[in-house]
Amino acid sequence: MESQKKFAMSPSILAELGDAVSETQIFRDEVTLLCPKHRLLEVLQALRDTQQFDMFTFATCVDYYPGEPRFGILYQLYSTTRNIRVRVKVMLSGNDRSVPSACSVYHAANWPEREMYDLFGIHFEGHPDLRRIMMPPGYEGHPLLKENPAKVEEVAFSFNRARAWEDKPHPQE
Amino acid sequence: MGLEQKLGNMGIVTMSAEKAINWARSNAIWPMLFGLACCAIEMMSTQASHYDMSRFGMELMRASPRQSDLMIVAGRVSRKMAPTLRHLYDQMPDPKWVIAMGDCASCGGVFNNYAVVQGVDEIVPVDVYVAGCPPRPEALIDGILKLQDRIKKEPLTKWN
Repeated sequence: MESQKKFAMSPSILAELGDAVSETQIFRDEVTLLCPKHRLLEVLQALRDTQQFDMFTFATCVDYYPGEPRFGILYQLYSTTRNIRVRVKVMLSGNDRSVPSACSVYHAANWPEREMYDLFGIHFEGHPDLRRIMMPPGYEGHPLLKENPAKVEEVAFSFNRARAWEDKPHPQE
Repeated sequence: MGLEQKLGNMGIVTMSAEKAINWARSNAIWPMLFGLACCAIEMMSTQASHYDMSRFGMELMRASPRQSDLMIVAGRVSRKMAPTLRHLYDQMPDPKWVIAMGDCASCGGVFNNYAVVQGVDEIVPVDVYVAGCPPRPEALIDGILKLQDRIKKEPLTKWN
């Protein structure tokens, strides 16, 4: 198996991507390429066409609140011919939650991007069908943002049982 | 021996209509074939030959809400599933009953989060809550027997 570390340091990849990749992180032989958001599609296109990263594994989002830049958008790619993986990461500010959609490069990015839109409120420019995928259509807000409470209901113990019971919605029949 | 000898001369048996109808209702509850999560596996084994729910007059799990009397909510109800569950409940003909099977259906269980309804009693009226994660088939059968007792005591004035 080709070493992922060797791949990340190879002259061909450095020449190919050049200054589109702002930083290369290697942690336990896992390669992460950080790039600015306006060059994301360029990087993905180059990895797909010239480095044989033919398989889109997943995309996800991390909320680093209260850190800034707040969001990290991750695209995990795999090369079935070379058996190596690479992660492309874009950092986003909390004030500007939009990023170009990778659907034009990898069709498989369609649903993961919808999921990120649904749960984190990230707007993907140029996405063919950007609507909720997990939560019901009428849902308000984006539940995985860190400002939301982790629990929806107070857990009832003996000391707070009456209050917890009062807060519970009871049906009217 | 003829039929006459076997039956004897019983004449007429009298009882209240309330009692007779409650007896008929309680001993032929047809549950709806509706499982939401892992509790449904226990519900299936309750129905299957080892525990055999048909001993209590429930030989038929109906795949249509229009033919069923009992909804066993087996599993956690997500907020996306909640309108569907209510819709199914509304389609069931009266009289109808609901069993919240397991911790998730009763109170949300371990899923104290944005995606899961915190107890199915928020959307449908529940008659019996069965505790357990998941409840064993014996527990579900106990819940059903509790429901049968309840139906047998239902006064005529409370009938739907």
